Amino acid sequence: MNLGVIVFPGSNCDHDCVHVLGEVLRQSVRQVWHKETSLDGLDAVILPGGFSYGDYLRTGAIARFSPVMGAVKQFASVGGMVLGICNGFQILLEAGLLPGAMLRNRSLTFICTDVYVGVENAATPFTGRCEPGQVLKLPIAHADGNYYTDDVSLSQMKANAQVVFRYCTADGAVTPEANPNGSLDNIGGITNADGNVLGMMPHPERCAEEVLGNEDGRLIFLSMIDALKKAKLQPKTVTA
Amino acid sequence: MKSDGQVKTIELIIQHGLTEEEYAKIVEILGREPNLTELGMFSVMWSEHCSYKSSRMHLTRLPTTGDRVVQGPGENAGAVDIGDGLVAVFKMESHNHPSFIEPYQGAATGVGGILRDIFTMGARPVALLDSLRFGLLDRPQNRHLFKGVVEGIAGYGNCVGVPTIGGEVVFNEIYGQNPLVNVFCLGIAEKDRLFKGRAVGAGNPVIYLGSKTGRDGIHGATMASDTFDEASESKRPTVQVGDPFTEKLLLEACLELMAGDLLVGIQDMGAAGLTSSSCEMASRAGTGIELDLSKVPRREPSMTPYEIMLSESQERMLLVAQEGRQAEVLKICRKWDLAAEVVGRVTEDGLLRVRDNGTLVAEIPAKALADEGPRYERPSSPPAYQDWLQSLNMDAIPDVKDPTACLLSLLDSPTLASKAWVYQQYDHMVRTNTLVRPGSDAAVIRIKGTDKALAMTTDGNGRYCVMNPYLGGTIAVAEAARNLVCSGAEPIGLTDCLNFGNPERPDVMWQFSVTIEGIKDACEALNIPVVSGNVSFYNETNGLSIYPTPILGMVGLIEPAARAMTQWFKQAGDAIILLGSTGEDLGATEYLRVVHSREQGTPPQLSLEREKAVQTCVLRLIRESLVHSAHDCSDGGLAVAVAESCLSHPMQPMGAVIQLHSKGLRRDSLLFGESQSRVVVSASPVHTNAVLGIARELGVAASAIGQVGGERLILDVEADPRGTGCRIDADLGSLLDRWATSIERSLCA
Repeated sequence: MNLGVIVFPGSNCDHDCVHVLGEVLRQSVRQVWHKETSLDGLDAVILPGGFSYGDYLRTGAIARFSPVMGAVKQFASVGGMVLGICNGFQILLEAGLLPGAMLRNRSLTFICTDVYVGVENAATPFTGRCEPGQVLKLPIAHADGNYYTDDVSLSQMKANAQVVFRYCTADGAVTPEANPNGSLDNIGGITNADGNVLGMMPHPERCAEEVLGNEDGRLIFLSMIDALKKAKLQPKTVTA
Repeated sequence: MKSDGQVKTIELIIQHGLTEEEYAKIVEILGREPNLTELGMFSVMWSEHCSYKSSRMHLTRLPTTGDRVVQGPGENAGAVDIGDGLVAVFKMESHNHPSFIEPYQGAATGVGGILRDIFTMGARPVALLDSLRFGLLDRPQNRHLFKGVVEGIAGYGNCVGVPTIGGEVVFNEIYGQNPLVNVFCLGIAEKDRLFKGRAVGAGNPVIYLGSKTGRDGIHGATMASDTFDEASESKRPTVQVGDPFTEKLLLEACLELMAGDLLVGIQDMGAAGLTSSSCEMASRAGTGIELDLSKVPRREPSMTPYEIMLSESQERMLLVAQEGRQAEVLKICRKWDLAAEVVGRVTEDGLLRVRDNGTLVAEIPAKALADEGPRYERPSSPPAYQDWLQSLNMDAIPDVKDPTACLLSLLDSPTLASKAWVYQQYDHMVRTNTLVRPGSDAAVIRIKGTDKALAMTTDGNGRYCVMNPYLGGTIAVAEAARNLVCSGAEPIGLTDCLNFGNPERPDVMWQFSVTIEGIKDACEALNIPVVSGNVSFYNETNGLSIYPTPILGMVGLIEPAARAMTQWFKQAGDAIILLGSTGEDLGATEYLRVVHSREQGTPPQLSLEREKAVQTCVLRLIRESLVHSAHDCSDGGLAVAVAESCLSHPMQPMGAVIQLHSKGLRRDSLLFGESQSRVVVSASPVHTNAVLGIARELGVAASAIGQVGGERLILDVEADPRGTGCRIDADLGSLLDRWATSIERSLCA
């Protein structure tokens, strides 16, 4: 597979994603500089975590104007797989590729810790390796991960199974105590209506190796690779 | 030379932090009166902060060489060989004064400065640690400072994407008016691609890179070389404002520049900004530098040469490129959207020559400015109260009655309590190297592409040091090394941050000198070189000094990485074994402070020979896979160490049952005394005899004292002729309640 990791000025998890995809999962991966305007030849792209443009304004608010974002929108519109992690999720929200917005964490502080999320939808191209309802242990590291959207959009997302991850206890119970940042409905990750764009606050690239004591994050990347392989076997239904 | 015709009055000289004698020396060097710009340049370079004028002759006593040392003190950071063609580059610096005036920005720019010191050397920063000291949290000002500093460190480090993986926080009244913020950074570089701050090669272009220059931070170094009083609030404008986003761009741009062969020298514009970076690079290379200030990128109009040369605007670097390669350099800088301009060139004449629009505004021998500042052997004598401090009549202090309540109070003390409130605000996982996260004796990161890992810790006990600076210095080294060894690492080098009061006071100078003697002896005994460091004097407000507080940042190598060890109990049924022996060591302990409200007495004795044996023993036990956990006994003694091993497991706290024989000791000494050179390990019961056998072989006292398991922590002290038995008995829930939430509760008070 040819995978791209987009590097915005201030991205700081780009190396980590490249490491997991290239060194750990042995895929072909390249960094895509934010001034590039084409994603030709890539099968999927990842918007990594970090502080694009320092996030001095609203998180992701400036990165959405980066030249590469036009190509990302185009790529997504023809069914290309796009994964936004943490700051990448925030950028996808700002770019309008996903519904909703991020507020400051309920605690008003940055939080770096392991959390549990339940897989609400195991039928997406990002979660195919998971069982429905499976609980994953994943790290979070953010100050603005308090997801919010309006009632109409929330019910649409629910009806459409777009809520993919919800913060929960180790046993899978979705409780207020298990919600690390105050997110609406304990939401930790969502897709767009077509299911080809996923935004998630937890960092799967930080737990994809045995040496780090946790490999749950691997499931996300392996699911993506599975889905891409499957798609390659089928004739394309959309062309750019 | 542009003379400004201004008379340099004594007032003006003193305002610049210089003495009359120092001024006379300047006139002698120049062969004339300096103009105001030159006076300002001398003022910052000859400040205590930049010149180490009071400390330098003492620092030369420290051992700085060793088989692994690739770069010792004198460069932007030290470097130690870790094999595989790689070096660990590290340094620690203080940002105490700015953090007191403006905690968020003071701490943030401290992180920024130390990061630049590391990537200046061609190393990618991979870990940060912070050693912090504050006053007690019952005062609103201390809460404000504590929260602001933590937030500032988080704001900067998280954004740049370098994990903050450890450190320490201690609360004591003595730091109320002088908090300490010491920041450690470690980077990894290829051994044969280390960069130095040297302006070699006459004719080579000097390039300015990074943020534009503004009026912020003028005279920051001079401010950091003075004591504080009520008027210190007015010094707020001398604190710079950090911009971690630009730092991140600067970091990536510099590493990209250094990957090729475009640069011959590079230095961060830290304290004393353009002045220090230019004269130090020239001085190290024995060259001169000519600068044209009209080319310097500026943030504000009509800045004077004085302001430009002294500005401490953050996120700036000075590069010396290969002649003919400047276009390539500038292209990479522009890719990262950074301001970059050729602002001068290297010369042969040894002078730092500064022009502004063609007018010569300063001309000073670079070496005189950078290296020939005054050196003082300041008077030194112990304070009159020293004997009183060290004396403590233990008979006047009743032995412990309710040890369970004492343990709960100790775990509730913010100094001993869990620091999760702090480190959860730091991204400690970015870069995906963190094998042991904050909360164990030392943090551990793997080195990608090798089978190695590095452990790091910061340590220093100001209370020990004030009672006995020599012991305080030796114990700081011993404890840091012990923390590394408990993590499975062999110590390979250290950096020191020496925080003291006003060096013009003989008692402070005595504390400084004796502390260094202690550090030196311990480093020699344990064979650990000092490769970099920093001195922070004048930590004094309204005449009250801080405790002398040397903080050591120490680095250890683990190979293979899988040998990294943690402090928490892991397996019910494991045997708990205490290595080392316990004496009557209650002086200067956290127990005396918390339970008896006294800070007095002689700190625990330390035998470096015994320390070495214990460390050898622990390393061997870990290497032979005989133990499941290892934890250093320090503040709070054995009871607190065992409680921490029970409580600090990230997922599953575990109880323990322990039986102790008092052997004629006081109960409080046994439970809470801080006897040195002790380590608590846990091992599968089938290995108990092997562990005890290795200890015996190495001459280390060792005894099996209990078992891991259950939902309670029970420590039984049996009755003996000297007294009745006693018992600590608490369920894990109530221990966790105190230990895990203490800081949060203190902040809500």
